[in-house]
Amino acid sequence: MRHLMSPLDFTVEELEHLMDLATDIEHHRDAYAHICDGKKIATLFYEPSTRTRLSFETAMLNLGGSVIGFSSAASSSAAKGESVSDTIRMVSCYADICAMRHPKEGAPLVASEKSRIPVINAGDGGHQHPTQTITDLHTIRSLKGRLTNLTIGLCGDLKFGRTVHSLIHALARYENISFILISPDELRIPDYIREEVLDARQIPYKEVSNLDDVMNEMDILYMTRVQRERFFNEEEYIRLKDCYILDAAKMSLAKDDMLVLHPLPRVNEISTEVDDDPRAVYFQQVQYGVYARMALILILLQLDPLAAS
Amino acid sequence: MGTLNVGKIEEGFVLDHIPAGKSMAIYHDLGLNDFDCTVAIIKNARSNLMGKKDIIKVECPIDEVNLDILGFIDRSITVNVIKDSEIVEKRTLRLPKKISNIIRCKNPRCITSIEQELKQVFLLTDEERAIYRCKYCEEKYDRRS
Repeated sequence: MRHLMSPLDFTVEELEHLMDLATDIEHHRDAYAHICDGKKIATLFYEPSTRTRLSFETAMLNLGGSVIGFSSAASSSAAKGESVSDTIRMVSCYADICAMRHPKEGAPLVASEKSRIPVINAGDGGHQHPTQTITDLHTIRSLKGRLTNLTIGLCGDLKFGRTVHSLIHALARYENISFILISPDELRIPDYIREEVLDARQIPYKEVSNLDDVMNEMDILYMTRVQRERFFNEEEYIRLKDCYILDAAKMSLAKDDMLVLHPLPRVNEISTEVDDDPRAVYFQQVQYGVYARMALILILLQLDPLAAS
Repeated sequence: MGTLNVGKIEEGFVLDHIPAGKSMAIYHDLGLNDFDCTVAIIKNARSNLMGKKDIIKVECPIDEVNLDILGFIDRSITVNVIKDSEIVEKRTLRLPKKISNIIRCKNPRCITSIEQELKQVFLLTDEERAIYRCKYCEEKYDRRS
């Protein structure tokens, strides 16, 4: 039995297969509509995340399965003090697979150690959010046709943004990738990503603080939100939150085929006037996320019709 | 200053060059309180090399004690294996791949911070730089804090 804790749990080849399967699902929806008949996914969300939870639930419903679960710790037995280990033992009796979101880092790993069903990490604190990374990769691959030979700009909160860290880790495994890291000084990428990933693998990158200067160099611009919940100091949050606002004027500087991605939700870092630009693909990204999660569920349930027999 | 004599041991091992003051912690970390054998702890012994050092003498076959953790505590500790009252082997210490319930994760966002019954497990992720990370949250263990 296999779990998914980190995007690096899957090899590049396994991820390629998952994305092939996601693409096949996209083009043959009917063929997959009953593949999970009688199966249940438990969405165990100890903190609210409407987007990710709905994506998992939609994925399972699209496959013919059904959904049980809770959407906040207050409505779960955690409010009575039950441990993650006990909850997963109980849920293993009800469901066939589970997706867990937890504010504490490592909680899904604790669950996987006691679980009798596959556990998917649906986000654990500031640590990992592998299905977001797989969604990002699948979106880029689907719309660009490749995950190699790309200049990727990452903009906004590069210090606390776990999606950015995971994406750098994941993309670093592909050939001829370079990064442009755009952030205010206070929100620069942590040293360990710079040393252990970028420098260690000799991946070209530059760190800049002006978005306009680099707009025409990027194939992908990955925007992120400055998250209020990562700051202890409200004043600092307010000072930094409006650092980078992507608008039509900035987009006019970009390549014609650059793509703008965002893990969502956005606050104001992408002006709504950009939404109708064909290069703005963050809502398509949501759709690709459903296909990627459908593929993941099938692989972990060993119901993958494209698996080599 | 007079010399304190602790008798020779027949069979067992001697942990020498322990930084002064660390012997009691090592006694507990090795689980020596669970053994029925004779254990001598010598604190603040004079050392040409270190000025002061601690020594632990244990009278039981060395294979009965898991010494892996010593490599994490301090690789300069020397392990002398004793048979028939003679040193028959000097063991070199290596960093253990895994450390259980010796050090605690200090990341307040780690699941181990709220579920107290979980084992505190650290894994060696970079042997060259002796970096250990919490198995659950992957936070680096910082010896200074």
